[in-house]
Parts: sequence; C-alpha cells; structure tokens
Amino acid sequence: MKILRHAGMALVLCGLGLLILLLNINHYSLTEKSIRATIEDSAQADALLSASGKLLNKNYDSKFSFVKVLNESIAKANEKIEALNNGDEEENKTDSSGQKNETDSTDTGDEKDTATIAGNATDTATLNADNADTVSQEDEGTDAIDTDIVTLLVKNSVEGPLEKHNSLFLWLTVALFSLGSIIFSLALYLSKPPGISNNNVFKKSISSKGVVAVIVGIGLIAFYCELYWYPYLLADLIKLVDPLSFALSGYGADDGFLYGTIYSLAVLLLGFKMFLKYRHSTYQKIRTLSVTFFQLSFAFIIPEILRALKKPALDLKNIWPLDYSFFWNENISELMQNGKLGIFMLVWGLALLIIIVPLFTYFFGKRWYCSWVCGCGGLAETAGDPFRQLSSKKISAWKIERILIYSILVIITAITIITLVNYFTNGRLLGSATELTQEWYGFLIGSVFAGVIGTGLYPFMGSRVWCRFGCPLSAIFGIIQRFKSRFRITTNGGQCISCGNCSTYCEMGIDVRAYAQKGQNIVRASCVGCGICAEVCPRGVLKLENGNTAGRINNDPIIIGNNSIKVNL
Amino acid sequence: MRKIVIIGNGISGVTCARNIRKKCDDEITIISGETEHFFSRTALMYIYMGHMKYEHTKPYEDWFWAKNRITLVTDYVSSVDTKNKTLHTKDKKIIPFDILIIASGSVTKKFDWPGQDLKGVVSLYSFQDLAEIETRTKDIKNAVIVGGGLIGIELAEMLHSRGIEVTMLVTEKYYWNGILPQSDAELVGKHITSNGIKVLYETGLKEITGDASDNVQSITTTTDKTIKCPLIGITTGVTPNISFLKDSGIETDKGILVNSFFETNITDVYAIGDCAEFREPVNGRKTIEQVWYTGRMHGETLAQTIAVGKTAYNPGPWFNSAKFLNLEYQTYGTVSAKIKEEETFFHWQHPGKYIAFTAVYNNASKEFIGVNVFGLKLRHEYLDKWLQEKVSIEYVLSNLPLAFFYKEFSGSYTTDIIESYNKQTGSAVQIAVKKKSFSFLNFK
Repeated sequence: MKILRHAGMALVLCGLGLLILLLNINHYSLTEKSIRATIEDSAQADALLSASGKLLNKNYDSKFSFVKVLNESIAKANEKIEALNNGDEEENKTDSSGQKNETDSTDTGDEKDTATIAGNATDTATLNADNADTVSQEDEGTDAIDTDIVTLLVKNSVEGPLEKHNSLFLWLTVALFSLGSIIFSLALYLSKPPGISNNNVFKKSISSKGVVAVIVGIGLIAFYCELYWYPYLLADLIKLVDPLSFALSGYGADDGFLYGTIYSLAVLLLGFKMFLKYRHSTYQKIRTLSVTFFQLSFAFIIPEILRALKKPALDLKNIWPLDYSFFWNENISELMQNGKLGIFMLVWGLALLIIIVPLFTYFFGKRWYCSWVCGCGGLAETAGDPFRQLSSKKISAWKIERILIYSILVIITAITIITLVNYFTNGRLLGSATELTQEWYGFLIGSVFAGVIGTGLYPFMGSRVWCRFGCPLSAIFGIIQRFKSRFRITTNGGQCISCGNCSTYCEMGIDVRAYAQKGQNIVRASCVGCGICAEVCPRGVLKLENGNTAGRINNDPIIIGNNSIKVNL
Repeated sequence: MRKIVIIGNGISGVTCARNIRKKCDDEITIISGETEHFFSRTALMYIYMGHMKYEHTKPYEDWFWAKNRITLVTDYVSSVDTKNKTLHTKDKKIIPFDILIIASGSVTKKFDWPGQDLKGVVSLYSFQDLAEIETRTKDIKNAVIVGGGLIGIELAEMLHSRGIEVTMLVTEKYYWNGILPQSDAELVGKHITSNGIKVLYETGLKEITGDASDNVQSITTTTDKTIKCPLIGITTGVTPNISFLKDSGIETDKGILVNSFFETNITDVYAIGDCAEFREPVNGRKTIEQVWYTGRMHGETLAQTIAVGKTAYNPGPWFNSAKFLNLEYQTYGTVSAKIKEEETFFHWQHPGKYIAFTAVYNNASKEFIGVNVFGLKLRHEYLDKWLQEKVSIEYVLSNLPLAFFYKEFSGSYTTDIIESYNKQTGSAVQIAVKKKSFSFLNFK
C-alpha cells in the first residue's frame, strides 16, 4: 500500500514535471496564420502583420524576448491604426481623447510605449471598449489592438513538440494527474478502516506549515500572479488545453479556460480523495458529490456549451456579490442583447439573490451554498481539506474577520449602487470614477484577495481565508444565518470533553469547543456547515440540523446532568 | 476579599475557578505543576497521534486567565498546613489561603508488580506521561498494555497509529466486562481485534523483567506467558492523588473524604473531582467519581456554594461516553455488567455492522433504567428527562426517533430496534412520533 501511495504521488509529480517541461520546451514564431487565428478584426490583423516586419516567421526560443518584440510590434501597429484613424477624424477632434491621440502621435515611439503599458496596467478594458464603440460607430475607424491579446498571440505562436502532439500531451497530463491522485487516494484510505483519519496531520510537512507547505504555497501564489497579471507566461499551458476547449465550445482556450480546467480537475480528483476519506459518513459523501457536480457542470461545462451556442457564458450558480461584475454595464448590456435567454439570466441572477438566498438560508443555513454549491467552497472542501486545521481560532482573528468581511460587503454594495445609478442616469453619477472603483475592486478583491491570498495561503491560513475574511456573499448569508434561520449545530447536553478536535478542524476558525463545552448550540454567521466538527468529535456531541427556531440560540444554558444548579451562575 | 486557592488546574479546579469568578470578586489562585495553563487531558492521545498540538487542547487562550484575574502558579504543592492556612510548594514558596479547594486529580494505580518502576513502564494520565511515552516509543516495534479500560484502548490506539504492535492484557473474560454487559463487551472486543490489536483475555500481569540498565525487557503474564517488549503501558485505573496531604490533618481514605457539599473535615478546605471521596454515596452513585463530566459538575456545584450560597451536590442520571477506536459508545442511566434479578436486558445488534443498543428495564414495572449504545448517538436531553421521569422502556422505544442524535442522511435503526424488542418480548410497541416529510416547511 505504501508503495502504491508513493507510486501515485510519483505519477502526480511526473504530471507536474511535464507541465513545467511544457512551459520550457517550446519555441515561438509569429506567422500570418497565428495572427489571423488570434485577431478577428482584419484591419487590426493587417496592421500587426505589417508592423511585425522582422518578427514574422522568426523563431524565438525565449518567451520573454518573443513577448518583448511582440509588444513593440503591437505598439507600432497601434500607432499605424491611430494614424489612420486620426487621418479620418481630422475634422471632428472635439472630444478629449481625440486631442490626446493627436498629441500622442507626435510623441516619440518610446513614450508611446510607456503609455500603452500604463494603459495595460490599469486594464481599462471597459473604458476602451466603450470609447471604441462610439468611435467605430461614428467614424468607422479601427480600434487599437488590446494588449491583452498578447497571451493568445503567444499561445497561437507556439511551435514544437506541444504544437505537433497537442492532444497527446493534454491527455498524457490529465492521465498522469488523474491516475496518480486516484492511486494515491485509494492506497492512502483503503488501507485504513473507515473513520476519522487525521493521524499525523500536525506532523506532516504539507499540513503543518512545513517545507512542503511553503513550496506549495509559493507555487500557488506564483501561479495566481502569472494567471492574473502575466498570463502570457502560461501560454504554453493554454495551448495544452486547446483541444479540450475546441471540443467543448468550438473556440480556442484562453487563460480563463486553463484556470477552469485546472480548478475543475482539482475539485474532481481531490473530491474523490475527500469522498474516500469520509466514506463512513453519508453527509460528507453527498456533500462532496454535490460540490464536485456544481463545479463540473455549472462552473465549467455549461458556460462552455453556452459559448458554443454564442450565448453569454454565465456561471448560473454564481451570485452577486461573489459574482461582483453581475450588475456591471458590460454584463447587463450583454444579457440585454441576448433576447429571452439573456433576460432569463438577468432575472435568474436577481431571483437567486432576492428569493433563493434568503429562503434557502432560512431553511438550511448558508451551507446549502457555501459547502454544497459554491465553487470557492468546492475547492476548499476538496483540495483545501488537508489545510482546514490551519485557520486561526483566536478571538482576535474573529474580530478581524467581522471587520473585513462586512467592510467588503459595504464596499461592493456601494460600487454596485453607483454603477446601477450610473447605468440608469447615463453616467451622471461620478462618471468614470465608477469604472475606476470597479477596476480597483476587481484587482484588490477579485484577484488579490479571492485568488492570490484566498488560495495561495491555503497551506498557511487554512482553506477558507477568502470565505471567512473576504467573501461578501458569505457575509450576506452570514447575517441571515445568524438572525433568521433554522440551522444550528446542536450540542449534545453535557457530553463535551473539551478535547478541541472540533475547533481545530473548523476551517472557518470558529472555536466550536467554546460553545460545546457550555452545552450551547453553535449559531455563528460564518459557519458553512461542512460538518467536519461533528465528524471529528470523539464523543458525538455535535449535530448539524435544521429545526424550530425557538430555543435555537441558547445563551448561557444550564449543562444537563447536574441538578445541583437550577439557575445560571 | 477572600483568598481562594485551588490545587490543580484540571477540569474540576478550572470550572470551579471560572464559576466563582463569574459571581464574585475574590482573589483566585490556581496551582499546578503539570502545565501552566489548563488543557484537556482527554486530548492527550490526539497530541500523540498528530491530530492536534498541545496548544489546540487548551480550551481558553492564554490571556484569559489574567483578564479574569485568575493567578496561575506553576508549581507542585508539597504540603498543606491547615492550622496556619498555608501551602508549601516544591519551589519552597509559601502560599496563604482563606479557602482551599483541592482538585489534585488522580495518579495511575499500580499493584506492586515486580519491576513496575523500570524504564519503559508508562502510563497515560498526565502531560508528563505523554512526554515519557513520546520518548520511549521512538523506534520500538511492539508494546504490551496492561488493563483494558478506556485509557487502555486510548493508549492502544495511539501506539497502533505509529505501527507499533500492541498486545493488551485484560483480566476479564470480555473487554471491559467489569462495566459492560457481556454482549456489549464482546462487541467492543471484536471491534478492537478487527483493527489489528491483540487482546489476551483472562490474563493479568505477573512481573516485569528488566535488563542490566533497568530497561524493560519482557513481561510475564499470570498465565505464565512471557512477552518480549520494550514498552509496557499500565492502564489499570487511577487512584486519587493525595500523597501530599499526609500530616495535613485532612481526613482521607482512598480519596479526600467529603460530604455532599465537598467539605472536608477541616473548615474552609474542600475537595472536588477525581481526588474527592464521598463519605456517603450521593444519589446512589460511586463514592469516587473519576470522569470528566463529574469533575466539571463538582466544580460548578462548589463554585455555587462559595460564590452564592451553600449548595449540595445533586447529580442527575449517570451518563458517560467513549470511543473504542472507531466505535462510539454512550451510556445513560445504569447498565451494570451483571444482570440484576429484578432487571431485564434488551439487546439489539446490527447483523453486519458494529452497531448495538442495550437497554435495561425493571421486570415488573418496565421502568427504563439505562441504555448503552454503540455506533449510535442519543440525545442527552431526552435520556436525562426520561430517566428522571422514570418512564417505561416502551415509552422510550416508541419515542426513540426523538432521542436519536445521528448525522443527517445517516440511516435510522429505530424500526429494527423496536421490531427486535417486539419479537423478543411479544409486545407491540409502535413509533409514537413520526418525522413528517418536509418537516422543514413547518414554520415555528
């Protein structure tokens, strides 16, 4: 069994090695074909083609030098496009952007380059798109090439073994990870009788902030930084999943698809591990099946099918404000342009928030979403399971949690209200400042907090950093759960022995024991109802249940068993 | 302001201190040489197995004590001077008190076996015991555990988790048969064996043999079998820790003798928890109560006396719980190992799984007396109520769905249990409470 376990781990490491290899063995060559495959707008493609000059058909071994010249070519191409547009617009340069363009065009190439990079850094996708729309409608000019396209250009310029045997490499990687982790999980858990298997959790490096944990943490953080801010570094891996993307939607893969694939595979494979680990508990088995199902279908496959049908590729289980861009102009506009389905999606999103969230949370607590449906929860409950014990149970952590999570809820609510008022008043409220706040929220909360910190710190702060300290949807659920819900974790009278397993394994950092040893029900806003406290309790003291709201919150109960005490001290 | 000094920072002493603090402003000092802060003794096994670290076993954060003005002294009490109302410690400190609460717990009970003090003879009670086990179990292949009770199985599980081959010596015919009726004891024994732990029944310890450097080498059993082993765990029970009270004038027998108010023979000196021995059994219970829950109840009750007004110890129906490896066990009321004449046992066991339900009731009145459950959990609230109301066994069975405390989606065995009862007794008990489908739609 030990040999099998090691063999499984070896296969997974081979898979990881293969990914790293694939990031390094390719060379890159910009061709007319790769440009045309990436850029739909033929005018843009022409401009880039003519601006590329020496770069064209030249082989680059280094992705960095390739991207450097590619950026220069795009800058040149954009200069050409602007020059062309300015030539057209000479008569009506009344708007400020026109004037800016004009001054820009007289500047040297170097300075122009800086401007592009600055524009890229703040990623004014919305702004550009909106401006571009008006420009192209009024003047029929060509838009500047969005520098975001670089990643896809690199992907489509990949040449070498990966390009020749794309599917082979894809399935080889998937097979190594799948086979490896399945063998590992089976060998690990089937060698033990069903039951809690937390032996050595605080002795293994990976689950006790050891060297392996540091390596994994750094790896995760590096991956997220590349994914969010330097996705072209992952272009080879995006190329790797191309065949899957074509099979699902008929389109090539992008960085989002790569992330979705990795995420779903992680939930699926580590969900299998979770399933085996808790195979003695029906609640855990059903719950694990549920999160895995929702990740694979709602978050991954259904959006791809929608994309294939040329419909808005929405994750229909994602709810505002976790889905913070739901009310943002481009999403509303996209939905409005998609007829009945678009309207349905809009109404569905609203109904989830206004009807389903309060109703379901009243009946079942926030767990129906957080540990049964949600994608973030899905990852936490599968891949994150080995790290759940690392969440801080200090009261000080609880204080920080409450300040942070409700502040973020207030902030995203404010941004959304401004956005909506803006939408209905055509930008009279705070104008472009709205977009700026949206961008900053997306950057700070959407990327840094939810992604880099939320997942990158799994090995140090546990699996629910985002859900506990950041997620504004979790905050809404929490308020309902605390004040108006039938859900609670019941404490079984005086049976608690204060051992601390429940608190230790609470991923949300709830000091469960503090309640259990007092004979008090656990009614906490943050509880996601994963049920692991009840699993690890050696005395069967805890039970998750939905029931009458009377007596649900029992502050300072009298512990059963001692008739000497009639009133509370 | 009275100076209240508590010896021992276990569950009894700490519960007492906390509850006194809630109601009054007296000076409170807790003395313990074991650890600076209160930790959960019951979790020692989980530290060893790597489920938790020591810090996780502390129910209160370290700032808690100063915030609640509870002074902690890390020291052992070496003697008590009741005349001058002072304590003398190992570090030669003299601590005065107005009220003394002794909650010094237990020590491992040994039976003067030859070789019992050799290196490698360990027990599992204190934090220091755990450290000893940790050092003594590096690179060992097998071990023998003497005594098959609740601590014995914990130690067995600990060693087993590190791949150490464990042999348990149990003097009874079945596992924990002094407490459990045969059917239950057999079930537990089977579960233990099925997990790869060897149990030798009707076997005790005769002597331990050491090598030249006083390390344990082997043991000889009462059946004259010799087992070579580098480690021997003694888990034959605990006895009150009272050796430091010699010459203090505090009356002791096995433990510190107290009345139902936890008063010793000396005014303002009380004893609670494992170390206390009731002069008269309270509510028909044992005179020495050595479990977590009773320690807590002693502490609560004495705090009431000290902070509010004189309160007698009046425990409700007995309850306890344990876990034998993966087998959960709960008991409510009185289920004795040997059936009494006026009692009837009802035993149900799942045909394939380690799940069992054993109830005891009075032959004539059918009054429900107690229940043991394995692999099932019952609600303390209902069992406590039913035992106090002295309801009948049939009432209990027909209301069983109310009392089950199982996880959502897990199977219910109510029908099997009731059917089995009806078959065994020729009764026609039916479930009185039906769980309504869509009960969550019941707005209340």
